Amino acid sequence: MQAVPLLLGVIVVNFLLISLAPGDPVATLLGEYPAPPEYVAQLRREFGLDRPAPMRLALYAWNVARGELGFSFAYRLPVAALVAGRLGNTFLLMVTALSLAALVGVGLGVTAARRRGSGLDTAATGISLAGYSIPDFWLSQLLVLLFAVFLGWLPAQGIRSVREEYTGLAAFLDTARHLILPAAALSFRYTALISRLTRASMLEAMSQDFILAARARGLPERLVLLQHGLRNAALPVVTVIGYNFAFVLAGSALVETVFGWPGVGRLLYDAILQRDTPVLLGVLLMVSATVVVVNLLTDLLYAALDPRVRY
Amino acid sequence: MVADESVETPSASGGREFWRRFRRSRAGVVGLSLVVLLIVVALAAPLLAPRDPQTTSMTTLKPPGTHGHPLGTDNLGRDILSGVLWGTRVSLTVGVCAAATAVLLGVFIGSMAGFYGGWADAVLGRVTELFQVIPRFVLALLVVALFGSGLWKLIAVIGILSWPQAARVVRGQVMALRGAAYVDAARVLGLRNARIIFSEILPNVLAPVVVIGSLDVAGSILLEASLGFFGLGDPNLVSWGMMLNNAQAHLRQAWWMSVFPGLGISLAVLGFNLMGDGLNDAANPRLGV
Repeated sequence: MQAVPLLLGVIVVNFLLISLAPGDPVATLLGEYPAPPEYVAQLRREFGLDRPAPMRLALYAWNVARGELGFSFAYRLPVAALVAGRLGNTFLLMVTALSLAALVGVGLGVTAARRRGSGLDTAATGISLAGYSIPDFWLSQLLVLLFAVFLGWLPAQGIRSVREEYTGLAAFLDTARHLILPAAALSFRYTALISRLTRASMLEAMSQDFILAARARGLPERLVLLQHGLRNAALPVVTVIGYNFAFVLAGSALVETVFGWPGVGRLLYDAILQRDTPVLLGVLLMVSATVVVVNLLTDLLYAALDPRVRY
Repeated sequence: MVADESVETPSASGGREFWRRFRRSRAGVVGLSLVVLLIVVALAAPLLAPRDPQTTSMTTLKPPGTHGHPLGTDNLGRDILSGVLWGTRVSLTVGVCAAATAVLLGVFIGSMAGFYGGWADAVLGRVTELFQVIPRFVLALLVVALFGSGLWKLIAVIGILSWPQAARVVRGQVMALRGAAYVDAARVLGLRNARIIFSEILPNVLAPVVVIGSLDVAGSILLEASLGFFGLGDPNLVSWGMMLNNAQAHLRQAWWMSVFPGLGISLAVLGFNLMGDGLNDAANPRLGV
């Protein structure tokens, strides 16, 4: 997997979208003001819009390389700074959700594999089917309805309480309380995926000779499971999380919208409402670049976990 | 949920055998029943719906069971049941048409790459990688936001963004079959490449393509609903995603605005996913997991 050509590809896709989109950027910039044609021509020259497409692409790529992603009209901020400021909140949500998914998914998958055909196995299958089919934004709304509206246990909106000023541990706990529902909603789909893959790879691993050998040596069943079986289950977890990162980011956008979580997804939603195109393009670019990096890290982690894989 | 990429050897086991195996899969039968039910509802929506789904009224935010509104009304007094029933049409139309677009593109591109190899294959490889790093949802969002929404635009966007999976599977199958003895025989007979691909190879690739197609419908329905939830559905039609977008601002007053359209999406996606599983079981009888 080559990161640099992929990043260039992302830049080209972005450039194509900008170029093909209807509407003239200069006309948008001028708005309602009547401008003399000479001034319009001058602006076009200034922005390089009078040059041929390959030149404009090179200019665009150069700007991106310098971290120059344009200016948000709605927030009056450079896009790069705006998106970078939101990425942290999105990562907090994603990392929590994925850790939850790994923990619950592996537990569920291992138990289902150990008691194959039991009621628990059937239940795990049911959960994974639901995970594939229930849209995460609807699940988010259901969680809000149940835990925030009806039971009133957890907050429905935002990342921290607006009315109270917390510091230190109290602030941490406050954010944690706000994190529970969105993280649960986002993790569901990946819990399903991981539990299904863990079950399959455990079933496969447990039928291998080295497990038989471990049992023959008189190793307690619990240790066989933990030391020999689970090691093999680590791979599917890494695969699911690493190579589905693009989907998790997209899911996060939807979940954030329901919970008013101030991350990149919420930014996308607001940018669409405000027709803030530079922000949309900047998010696509930065999010894709993040995925490229994460895929690269996944490849490396994969090689570290599985000695058969070499780069 | 991913179709098995093992090669189906050409055999005499025709459609009847396939159907027999499909019926043995519980997932497949439940899925097919759900899909048939949805199609019936979509076709009969004008007969089943108590009123026009877009007509507003003074009876706003009424709970389910209110006279004349079995599933309640929304903030503008529109009937939820009618919206859910008519929404079936949008979801199925987008889902099926977008999946068909994706599968047609995928079969064409995948068979070219698999049969000819070389630069066609290299290009497919790079494009597929690119599609893996750009979040499909965010790209679709951008395209619809820039170019405007509408039923056919949604279908085109979702279809064009979804072909790589089908292409990858078809490529693998075509590559494996390209050197098969019966393909060599066709070549010896002097058949042209196009003829070999279409009448000798592709029929044997049909089973996995059907599986992918079914899963693609589920994925497309989900993507369309997500776009609708972001307010980017066809503004002239009632869709489940847009109903949920509308419900978001009224969660505290009207749970029914969220629960019923979401149920619609989930059942539709579940139906096509299960049907895909069943088709997969029928296409790969040896797996039997």
